[in-house]
Amino acid sequence: MDLKDMLGQSRGRRSLLQALGVAAVGISFGSLAACGKGEGKKLANGEEARLNFYNWDTYIGETTLDDFKTATGVDVTMDLFDSNDTLFAKFKAGNPGYDVIVPSNDFVERMIRADMLQPLDHAQIPNIKNIDPSFMNVDYDPGRKFSMPYTWLVLGIGYRKSKVKAKPDSWKVLFDSDEYKDRIAWLSEAGDMYRLYGKYLGKSVNALTPADIETISAMMIKQKPYVKKFHEDDGQDLLMKGDCDVVLEYNGDIAQVMTEDDDLDFVIPKEGSQFNSDTLAIPKGAPHPKNAHAFINYILDAEVDKKITETILFPTPNAAAKALMPDSYKNNPVIYPPADVLARCEYAKFNEKLQPLYEEAFTKVRAA
Amino acid sequence: MAEQDWKANKRVFAAVSLPTLLWTLVFFVVPMAIVWFYSFGQNAGLNEIHVSGTLDNYKRATEWLYLGIFGKSFAVAALVTLICLIVGFPVAMAITFASEKWRPWLLLGIMLPFWTNLLVRTYALMILLGQQGYANKGLGALWGGASWVKTLVGLQPLPTWEPVPLLFNNFAVVFGLVYVHLPFMVLPLYAALDRLDRSLIEASLDLGAGHFRTILRIVVPLAAPGIVAGVMITLIPALGAYLTPDLMGGTDSQMIANVIERQFKKANDWPFGSALSFILIYAMFILIALQSMRRKAPEAS
Repeated sequence: MDLKDMLGQSRGRRSLLQALGVAAVGISFGSLAACGKGEGKKLANGEEARLNFYNWDTYIGETTLDDFKTATGVDVTMDLFDSNDTLFAKFKAGNPGYDVIVPSNDFVERMIRADMLQPLDHAQIPNIKNIDPSFMNVDYDPGRKFSMPYTWLVLGIGYRKSKVKAKPDSWKVLFDSDEYKDRIAWLSEAGDMYRLYGKYLGKSVNALTPADIETISAMMIKQKPYVKKFHEDDGQDLLMKGDCDVVLEYNGDIAQVMTEDDDLDFVIPKEGSQFNSDTLAIPKGAPHPKNAHAFINYILDAEVDKKITETILFPTPNAAAKALMPDSYKNNPVIYPPADVLARCEYAKFNEKLQPLYEEAFTKVRAA
Repeated sequence: MAEQDWKANKRVFAAVSLPTLLWTLVFFVVPMAIVWFYSFGQNAGLNEIHVSGTLDNYKRATEWLYLGIFGKSFAVAALVTLICLIVGFPVAMAITFASEKWRPWLLLGIMLPFWTNLLVRTYALMILLGQQGYANKGLGALWGGASWVKTLVGLQPLPTWEPVPLLFNNFAVVFGLVYVHLPFMVLPLYAALDRLDRSLIEASLDLGAGHFRTILRIVVPLAAPGIVAGVMITLIPALGAYLTPDLMGGTDSQMIANVIERQFKKANDWPFGSALSFILIYAMFILIALQSMRRKAPEAS
């Protein structure tokens, strides 16, 4: 495998290498462009024809930004981030100049509470009608005042079919068994790990107590010798390169690599799992709020979102776009797991008190 | 030319040093001071830090959990430095004694890795060391060859080759850190050895000392300043390494810098992260102070 292969393979949603590299290029070109042609033509809405978009890696259609420019004349500069924490840390000291960001559900809650998001004007987003009604009234943002759903995703086990004896359809395989000794990778996200262990123990992801954290830490320390790596959401690469055979990962990430390697598959364990949803939001202090609304509205368009979905292969909450997709996508059990499985999955609420406890407990597990 | 006293030309000195001083003040002293103040604060809400003068962060940072991680980081950094010294010394000697024609090329070879980004180099190493990487493929081929030779002489073939885990463990972290930090060790060693008076080596050999003894008794003591500089310049960045343990390490390879990074990102606990950072900085100050004390000692005696 040469460098080209490696770059080609690490095309995960949050792959660090590309995110850093492209972000660096984005920043330098972004600031150059800002200096060079900042005072360009004005649009009818009174704003300059620019938009700064802060997105995950490999998380937009191949031509979406160019098409948007053709349709509206607005130049989109896209920078990339690789975790919600990076996003939050960057906005903590004030908005560095972005108009549209893509936080996940729990961070929408966190950023609303930290007064970092600007309320959306639904009148400027008529395509809101395309959203599946079940995504409209969600706990983390009732009435969708601050965020529009972009994708949703669910955690499960990605695995190499030729290396497992049976379908690994229980968290036991990852959390409480030496069957796949040294072939296991966990997510390095402390909160997700504790919540999924909670699921394995039959608890709701939002009902954990400090005592549960103690119990789970002890279980983790017992299981740790069999785990090869706590990965930074690049579990699909570990699978592809043959470093691990059972990994904790998001369905869309595995669906992306399944198109390249048909020995891979994905399953949501029978104990249930955790949903996430990535959303489009406008941060406080956005320099081009009207363009931002126009951009969000554009992405929610059925044809546009169809093209995005064809590239990123994550489930879309856009009912109109989904209707346009081929059956091979709609009936893909990895992208759209069966309803009875999904019924056992939950969204995690942001919990200000437990988050630091998760982190310290996981540091302890790593040090053990 | 006689050495000039800067006091004779105060204005020129001020003009030259002012930009540097300002730069250091604005981009080093002020940010560090902010972090230092944060370390005596606590989170007030999600994005505000209330500096209250509390020592809780330091109390927490000196709990056994974190002291253990500090200790482990020191041990890893010390091991990396030792390996760099053992590997780097012969390399530096070889460059010193190479012919004039070759020396610039050898030095270029040492410096070449700096032209590539650390992240890219680390990913390249990961490809090399992975389960299906070139290192394992090469070892597998050797194993296969040995097995073939055994069957040739009528013995049982070796059992089938199982790839060895070279990546995602502590070995990989040490290997990666040595790879990254080796140039930092070789360059100061080379600088020290290059200044060495060759006639002393010739005298030692003429007077009957062997090559090994000459190196130990003559070259090493004379190169001591270079060794100390190389050790400091390798140890300190190795202690603060976080990319290599993050990418190449396994489940128990966290170093203190990884813990600090998580405080600023995942845990959103900047005050505690600041306290951990400053404990690391104090530790490095002590190391540097010890070094300068050592340097003064021979002058006194």
